[in-house]
Amino acid sequence: MINGINGVSDINGVSDINGISDINGISDINGVSDINGINGRYELCFAGSGGQGVILTSIIFAEAALLNGKKAAQSQSYGPEARGGSCLGETIISNGNIWFTKITRPDFLLALTRQSLDQYAGQVRPGGFILADSELTLPAVDVKYARLPILRAACQDVKNPMTANIVAAGAINSLLRLFPDKTLEEAIRRHVPAGTEQINLRALEAGRQLVAKAAA
Amino acid sequence: MSELRLLQGNEACVEGALAAGMRFFAGYPITPSTEIAERCALRLPQKGGKFIQMEDELASIAAVIGASVAGVKAMTATSGPGFSLMQENIGYASLAEIPCVIVNVQRCGPSSGLPTSPAQGDYMQARWGTHGDHPIIAISPSTVQEAYTLMIRCFNLSEKYRVPVIFLMDEIVGHLREGTEFPAAESLELYERVSSPVMGIDKHCYQVEEGEWAPRLNPFGRGERYNITGLIHDEGGFPTNNKATARALISRLLDKIDRNTEDICDAREYRMEDAEIAVVCYGGTVRSAMAAVERARAEGARVGMFRPVTVWPFPEARLRAWLPQLKGLIVAEHNHGQMLLEVERVARRPARMIGRVNGTLIPPDEIYAAIMEDNV
Repeated sequence: MINGINGVSDINGVSDINGISDINGISDINGVSDINGINGRYELCFAGSGGQGVILTSIIFAEAALLNGKKAAQSQSYGPEARGGSCLGETIISNGNIWFTKITRPDFLLALTRQSLDQYAGQVRPGGFILADSELTLPAVDVKYARLPILRAACQDVKNPMTANIVAAGAINSLLRLFPDKTLEEAIRRHVPAGTEQINLRALEAGRQLVAKAAA
Repeated sequence: MSELRLLQGNEACVEGALAAGMRFFAGYPITPSTEIAERCALRLPQKGGKFIQMEDELASIAAVIGASVAGVKAMTATSGPGFSLMQENIGYASLAEIPCVIVNVQRCGPSSGLPTSPAQGDYMQARWGTHGDHPIIAISPSTVQEAYTLMIRCFNLSEKYRVPVIFLMDEIVGHLREGTEFPAAESLELYERVSSPVMGIDKHCYQVEEGEWAPRLNPFGRGERYNITGLIHDEGGFPTNNKATARALISRLLDKIDRNTEDICDAREYRMEDAEIAVVCYGGTVRSAMAAVERARAEGARVGMFRPVTVWPFPEARLRAWLPQLKGLIVAEHNHGQMLLEVERVARRPARMIGRVNGTLIPPDEIYAAIMEDNV
């Protein structure tokens, strides 16, 4: 696993795209195979509002894990609303059998809304990692974090707000170095609606660029 | 085996049904079973089968029975509220001996309840939801892989015994995605419905051949005329009030399941050999229990898991065999204690119940704590 963003922990306060990115303490993030969290599990939690596509993001990371020879279990929870309710995608990755399929102490949290950040930030294990949209303010928790303009990049760079979930996927993989880029791209091709592959791959690249610019 | 693919339990159940030869689906979408209808709508036309979205669940099960009478392997899928609506015709299928598979992806009830949240509150309803003494089989998967393989078993048992089979899933497995393999088609054992070589109006369509348990009804619509009814009927299929006939029919319907439990009942045991405590659970709850049992074992507790796969009839002979060595019995299920009653009936002693009815999963910690408390 590449440990490619060593040395970026000192970029706090570095002015980058619009000066709103904020990456803190990510220098010691390793690949999944290294960090197996509690009980040999690596738990990823993708939280947002119904319609933002966080469940699809969780599916894509589960698929990438399978493609990478790991075991994965993906589930979700949401309310009875079709749009707008609180929405959570949960992906467990492990080298061994995964029995309990829900997050217990997530190693990683993506939060795209205020509500989801407030709800799940406290569950992230000490030393875990939170990626939040830069519009959000992080509560005081003992974790590493990055705040990146995910929703804005989807609107302005990809020119489609629906791609925010894939922008986030690109950023997550750049931050955590979970899978080779090609693996994540294949996982995206398998799960996005037919005909949207190109825009989604552009969104993935936009997400990678957010991290690259913030770390530059 | 094919490559590993990331599949949802609901999707795997459809693929298993197709592999079993299911070619007709009628249903009314309901969370958390909707993906089953969606995938059937996509896949059945590709296989030359038929998908119909019906106006409600009463019509759905009626259409499934009609398709099956015509000789097609047929299924429907629903959740608790729709399962309630289907009960009358499930009874009709069990009396008229029409094979069919009803998938119930359980959600938290009663009534509309928590539509997107898991539960196992329909365990007793799967057995006793329709009125009268009737035969039924229910099978419950714990993994996405099993949603595929056990679905094939549902069709085989349904066709063999000419009985409705309930595939009692829950939201936990229905909405879970994990790596799944499709076995090669030639490796699958499929049971095809037996028809009668005799045709014509002189034949008694409900007559049961020597050594068989169910009649060989020929597919409707191929020239043969016979009567099917929800009334108690004679071997010709016509209604009768004759007491001896009624007793013989109902006894045979129940016996065909009760006397074949060795064939029908399936259970899985995990680390039971030297176990003094058994956690009994089924379906999605197995996921929490396995995590707890493995952790407790790692700390030296003599605990195992007994898991009915066929949840109806309850695999009582299999559980009874372990009872002499067991000091503690823990039942974990996502309801207020339903299979608990079966376990206590078989064990003739109280069991400790770990249940949950708030729409969340039983955490492994809770089962682990109960094991360690009993492990003294």
